[in-house]
Amino acid sequence: MTFKKIFYTISAVILTYGSAFAESKEVATPDYFGLFFVFMLASFIGLGVITRVSRLLHTPLMSLTNAISAIAVVGSIILTGHDYPDYINILGGIALFASMTNIVSGFMITDRMLKMFKSKETKKS
Amino acid sequence: MIYSIVQTAIILSTALFIFSLHWMKDPKTARRGVFAGIAAMTVAIISTMIDPAIINWDYISIAIVLGFVVGIPLSKVPLTAVPQRTALSHAFGGLAAGLVGTAKYYLWLSEGVEQLTTFRMVAIIVEIILGFLTFTGSLMAAGKLQEVKWIPQRPVIYKGQNFINLGLLGIAIVGGLLLVVSPAEYSYLFPGIIVLALLFGVLLIIPIGGADMPTVISLLNAYAGLAAVAMGFVLDNKLLVTAGALDGSSGLILSLIMCRAMNRSFTNVLFGGFGQVKAAAADAEQRTAKTETAEGAAEILEQASKVVIIPGYGMAVAQAQYRIRELYDLLTKAGVEVVFAIHPVAGRMPGHMNVLLAEAKIPYEQLIEMDDINSDMPQVDVVIVVGANDVVNPAARHDKTSPIYGMPIIDADKAKMCFAIKRSMNPGFAGIENELYFAEHTFMLFGDAKAVIGDLVKQLSGSGGGH
Repeated sequence: MTFKKIFYTISAVILTYGSAFAESKEVATPDYFGLFFVFMLASFIGLGVITRVSRLLHTPLMSLTNAISAIAVVGSIILTGHDYPDYINILGGIALFASMTNIVSGFMITDRMLKMFKSKETKKS
Repeated sequence: MIYSIVQTAIILSTALFIFSLHWMKDPKTARRGVFAGIAAMTVAIISTMIDPAIINWDYISIAIVLGFVVGIPLSKVPLTAVPQRTALSHAFGGLAAGLVGTAKYYLWLSEGVEQLTTFRMVAIIVEIILGFLTFTGSLMAAGKLQEVKWIPQRPVIYKGQNFINLGLLGIAIVGGLLLVVSPAEYSYLFPGIIVLALLFGVLLIIPIGGADMPTVISLLNAYAGLAAVAMGFVLDNKLLVTAGALDGSSGLILSLIMCRAMNRSFTNVLFGGFGQVKAAAADAEQRTAKTETAEGAAEILEQASKVVIIPGYGMAVAQAQYRIRELYDLLTKAGVEVVFAIHPVAGRMPGHMNVLLAEAKIPYEQLIEMDDINSDMPQVDVVIVVGANDVVNPAARHDKTSPIYGMPIIDADKAKMCFAIKRSMNPGFAGIENELYFAEHTFMLFGDAKAVIGDLVKQLSGSGGGH
């Protein structure tokens, strides 16, 4: 168990640091290969982690990953908040609203469902 | 300074997201996963907001407040409506990706066309096509699941459907290529591509029927994830790429599990139009099924030592979960071992049955996957089929002419005795007669699932008091 945890943590650190270093030299032009590198590693980690998810929990899993992919909120905040033309701010604002809805409802319903999964022992106590 | 804070936040959020999914491996640790996810999201949002260039706080606050206003009620829906809610949130995810891509295109176009590098243009086109088709596709799926009136429930199939669908997508891609080559000159094509993607999403879901929903929802999940990845490429943001990839791989794996559980391929689900398969197969041979009364069934159940309940979408429709829970309690108290056999595609989304039964407070140890229970089936005294149909049809094992041939099933027919609760003898979604109902040791209990199980509970508790 601990081995797996260590593996994930190390991969996560390599994944982010590897490309962070590559990028820090030139902020102006994005490091495209760095992004593909991140995408590749993240996909493998995703496949590894998700195949181990309990089959009982596939419905909560879907609402959880939904909330996680609402990380699009980060891009929406930038588009909404910066001093851009109004129509850009408004498009960003709608995107921000959509992502925020997913974050709030996604995490809340996942927790609500997970609370219902009780084992025999916890029921008796 | 801010650069390093943001980068550190990205590393932290990424690690937390991975842990979040990692903890979903066991119901015992799963709630920790939600908290890790919330923590990751909070870190990411705060690290974005410390950017001093952000000035429009009024827009941001309005959008966030509205997100809470809509999000909180969406998280309180009844669990039978979770598939719709999930489809709806895929739609929101797709919309966000599509809009961010659109905004970025016009922003860069106004700042100077040299901003629209080939790489960025490709990423934007992929993002808006995926985003907007996920948006309308998921809305259609949600509408079908919610049984909205003006959205046809039955699969809609017409001649040349696949040709038209793929043609539309092809036109959108060609338009996209032109934009990549010359982003400013063909800028008038951009709205056209959005419209085509929106249209394609609708047309993609129209031919899909209710029983295919688990696969389609998973597939839309993968699209939403990939749209987020494309957004990450557009915005040059590693966190988006990572989170999108995690979401995308989850959708991909779930779709594969669903397809395998139906013995079908992706292309077959999307382009096959399963629903219309020869209803003409209604053969002349009229066989009769045996019926049993609640009294008789209750007596048999009391004598059993192992009972397996096989739930299907019909259980959710009849809201029979709580009655099943009462039956489970009574039988368990009487010393009967009761477990539930869950087919991967039972219900309208992956894992749907598990959530419904957990809500009715069935301990999760009693929920057994199809693959784990089939070998025990010959030792089972009584099987009760509640609202499931095709997933227990033995024709899938041997009848090569059957449309569901090859689909893995729960071997209800191998148990010593089988009770099937059903409203009438109408065949299931695929329009196939179920051999199980005519088997020698199968007895039908006709009626609404909730009412029939209620009768069983009444009989059992009545006789239990008499002892």
